[in-house]
Amino acid sequence: MTELKLREPLIFELSKAGRGAVTQFPPRVAGSAQVPPHLRRSAPPGLPEVSELQAVRHYTRLSQMNFSIDTHFYPLGSCTMKYNPKACNTYAMLPEFLGRHPLGPEPQGFLACMHELQEMLQEITGMTAVSLTPMAGAQGEFAGVAMIRAYHRARNDLARTEIIVPQAAHGTNPATATMCGFIVKEIPCDANGDVDIEALQAAVSPATAGIMLTNPSTLGVFERKIVQIARIVHDAGGLLYYDGANLNAILGKVRPGDMGFDVIHMNLHKTFSTPHGGGGPGSGAVGVSARLKPFLPLPIVGKDGARYYWLAERDLPQSIGRLSGFMGNAGVNLRAYIYMRLLGREGMVRVAEFAALNANYLMKRLQGLGFEAAYPERRASHEFIITLKPENKAFHVSAMDVAKRLLDYGFHAPTTYFPLLVPECLLIEPTETEAKEDLDRFCDAMASIREEMRHDPEKLTSAPHTMPVRRLDDVRAAKQLDLIWKGTAA
Amino acid sequence: MAYIPHTPEDVAHMLQVIGVNSIEDLFDEIPAELRAGVLNVPPPLSEMEIGRLMTDRAALDGRPLNFIGAGAYEHHIPAPVWAIATRGEFYSAYTPYQAEASQGTLQLIYEYQSMMCALTGMEVSNASLYDGASALAEACLMAVRSNRHSSSRRILMPRTVNPTYAKVAQAIAGNQDISFVPVDFDRSAGRTLLETLQAFSGQDFTALVVQQPNFFGSLEEVDALNDWAHQNRIMLIAVVNPTSLAVLKPPSVWGLDGVPGADIVCGEGQALGVPLASGGPYFGFMATRMQYVRQMPGRIVGRTVDVEGRPGFSLTLQAREQHIRRSKATSNICTNQGLMVTAATIYMSLLGPQGLQAVAQASMQRTADLVAALSKVAGVKRAFTAPHFHEAVLLLDRPPAAVLAALSRRGILGGLDLSERYPELGHAMLVCATETKLAVDIESYTAALADVMSASRAAA
Amino acid sequence: MSDKVPGDLRYTKSHEWVRQVHGEAPNGAIEIGITDHAQSALGDLVFVEVPDVGRALSAGEACAVVESVKAASDVYSPLAGKVIANNPALASKPELLNEDPYGAGWLFRLETGASANVASLMSASAYEAFLAEESK
Repeated sequence: MTELKLREPLIFELSKAGRGAVTQFPPRVAGSAQVPPHLRRSAPPGLPEVSELQAVRHYTRLSQMNFSIDTHFYPLGSCTMKYNPKACNTYAMLPEFLGRHPLGPEPQGFLACMHELQEMLQEITGMTAVSLTPMAGAQGEFAGVAMIRAYHRARNDLARTEIIVPQAAHGTNPATATMCGFIVKEIPCDANGDVDIEALQAAVSPATAGIMLTNPSTLGVFERKIVQIARIVHDAGGLLYYDGANLNAILGKVRPGDMGFDVIHMNLHKTFSTPHGGGGPGSGAVGVSARLKPFLPLPIVGKDGARYYWLAERDLPQSIGRLSGFMGNAGVNLRAYIYMRLLGREGMVRVAEFAALNANYLMKRLQGLGFEAAYPERRASHEFIITLKPENKAFHVSAMDVAKRLLDYGFHAPTTYFPLLVPECLLIEPTETEAKEDLDRFCDAMASIREEMRHDPEKLTSAPHTMPVRRLDDVRAAKQLDLIWKGTAA
Repeated sequence: MAYIPHTPEDVAHMLQVIGVNSIEDLFDEIPAELRAGVLNVPPPLSEMEIGRLMTDRAALDGRPLNFIGAGAYEHHIPAPVWAIATRGEFYSAYTPYQAEASQGTLQLIYEYQSMMCALTGMEVSNASLYDGASALAEACLMAVRSNRHSSSRRILMPRTVNPTYAKVAQAIAGNQDISFVPVDFDRSAGRTLLETLQAFSGQDFTALVVQQPNFFGSLEEVDALNDWAHQNRIMLIAVVNPTSLAVLKPPSVWGLDGVPGADIVCGEGQALGVPLASGGPYFGFMATRMQYVRQMPGRIVGRTVDVEGRPGFSLTLQAREQHIRRSKATSNICTNQGLMVTAATIYMSLLGPQGLQAVAQASMQRTADLVAALSKVAGVKRAFTAPHFHEAVLLLDRPPAAVLAALSRRGILGGLDLSERYPELGHAMLVCATETKLAVDIESYTAALADVMSASRAAA
Repeated sequence: MSDKVPGDLRYTKSHEWVRQVHGEAPNGAIEIGITDHAQSALGDLVFVEVPDVGRALSAGEACAVVESVKAASDVYSPLAGKVIANNPALASKPELLNEDPYGAGWLFRLETGASANVASLMSASAYEAFLAEESK
């Protein structure tokens, strides 16, 4: 069992007037430049005053309170917590890349990497063109749906006001559609986890702008009727949008372009192993088929002979516009490029193979321990769902309780309560970089937890026991809002 | 096989447990006609080979002397910042949804939120947004949701606001019947005049955006602009530079005594310990008054207690994210820029108020020195009369593009050509000098510029 | 765990309840809240936003927000009218909605317009049948 009992005061509580990491201060520059008095700040801002060692120690100790891929098996479904190779960081942080201002003359070394990244992503996904601009999956989704909107408007087809979304979709999908001015039409899936074809046929009409799909779906299974779905939507005049959150399951095996998708977003921070960083930065590159190419968000890297350059508004006058102050999360894209070069052709194909191997193995082993898979007749893609509804009924323990207890065993919990369709669910994605022994250790922990459910359920309902904090009061957090340290004054 | 630990024995055993003969069987649900052929991407590289390739490419880009600002600023980043931010426990952790296993990240974000409120003077901050431009777009959506006195969905956008930010706001918010009305600036002062705004008095506008310092580096008369907005029941969105907040009065107290200051504050946080890195990743910050907290997008960390009464941190107000989607103006934002926030928080802790003031002072002075030196070169003069922070606009007697190209060939990135963004200014360029520019650097630039200007005059 | 559905109230499909406070229309007043089923589904309430006194509402207009840790939901006005009172206790004690959804947890009171018809809303038995259908 892990023991992570560290307590660390707030940096403000370590603060003492007059302290600071003085070697970091630039020397005062002689001169008379100053802010006019009426615009001047009257008192210094309430930032902490600590020595360099105090700051270093404080943030190092905080880091030690985190679970991370570098320290723990982290089977968060739909997040693809695979190893982030250190080489990606080392070479992305070469001083020439790091010190480069984005508005200078086009940097040929950096742009060569970006252009090649665009091409590799096009090839892997079977799309005609790629923009690296969107800064996260949600922004990639926004770009994709905005392009669908722009496409229909350019054709003067203003009746297309609806976007179809499966019930199991990630919450950002309907939010994005609404954000682009569309009405969302939800359709159910059938008992086997595939989209309900009859419901889809009833849902399409001349008002259909498009459909947003993930494949494999959020239920962890491959959408077997994808060719038929594409035909139904295309025949109705709509476009197909691919949410690339689960690309890790099919990398090198199937290409979204070949499945009939017109526009896709990729999560480079999932499939291409850029760091999750405690909540970002991500990168939501988008790929399109030929008919959507004119609408891609700017900027995009172009190549003219041997020279790389940024395409701008004059090159793409129908573009949906710019989504970031510069060109998106350049450093994240660079890390993805390095990762893809390290994997290469053979390595990329292995990703889906071993992600599927690990997921199916884990699913079988957990089933062997008595856990119920949500879709036992289906192959796991790169992830699968366990429902704890039977255990909830028999022992009154919830998916949340199991998740919290897993922390005591030294594992980050899988995703819980998503997708909403499956009650008391755990969505488990081991990824391809985990060794068999680590999967087995996870199964041992789950076996032990299963025993505890039976004989000592309180161990679960009051878990975790060995973390720096016990279970936190979320209701109080939302009711008695304490969002900043109150010692700070303007 | 890169990063895949399985031995052939592992594979054989696992296949047996699953009950299939080969890994390919695991893909048998995929229709055969959809299966991809061989991918046309390069073969794998060893770490040594990719290291060589990247080093060669980096050498192509080199390390010119940089005098460009325009929304991304070169500042010294203390060594501990990235040494700690790239620790695996920060670098490879996920969003802190399992709070008990993420107290490090959560406490750090709470400290970050507190520091941003200290800088901006506002009552609550979120955990960051993607960047300054998209943060402004989100602030506009938020103002439409929050301003009960307005239904026009029209937002006043001065032309002294970063033009790329205005483009991004249009791209993101424009799909929801929100329109942006430009406000012109005074050509000699280089800032927005109250008189220009007064032409809009009494009309229904949802928000006024004020950038301070503005895109030209000039200081706006924020008190007058703020008060005009509030008199007309228009929400004030302040776009600010965090380094400048060490010496400028914060947006919370813009305006005369008794008049409320800014309602929403946002901006680009890159200057706080995040490298230029060819354009990103950066981070956007947003802060507001408590009364609007439920309309603010993005994640928020709150302090609470655990079952034993011990203080701890968790993501809070999460239901708000779905609800914002059902409201008058929707957002779909799901993530923040966790790693950049980690760096910024460590940066702010190391510098503290004195250090950040020193950075601001040095940057202001260096820019003043740069402008003074360059203005002495024949054919170069200051464009505007308003006081500036750490950027200023210079007017040349010829198109800046060729001048900047010549400087670039000498290893100097002299500034940003403004001809396309602001053609009415003529031959204008935006220059910036931060604390990283020493006196000898300013001398180098001045000498090079004098050379370039006289060489091309001689050729003309 | 069956939901409480008091017999003397009227109900909507969006889980609001209505109690007549004074006589019938045209200037009758009604009191509105959310049902036991709704508060149970939401979980512990952390925040409630009620409509301002004096505000005119149309039938079906979103006029209040109830927020728990899990979800934030709009509350819709069952009938048209003008808000004459809202519950001041909810600002500091949103949990009243969980503890006593039909009593101390009331949300607001509406002076109903001439065309408002309380009898057109669902009876208690109709609402119970509706809940039974929904849970299938």
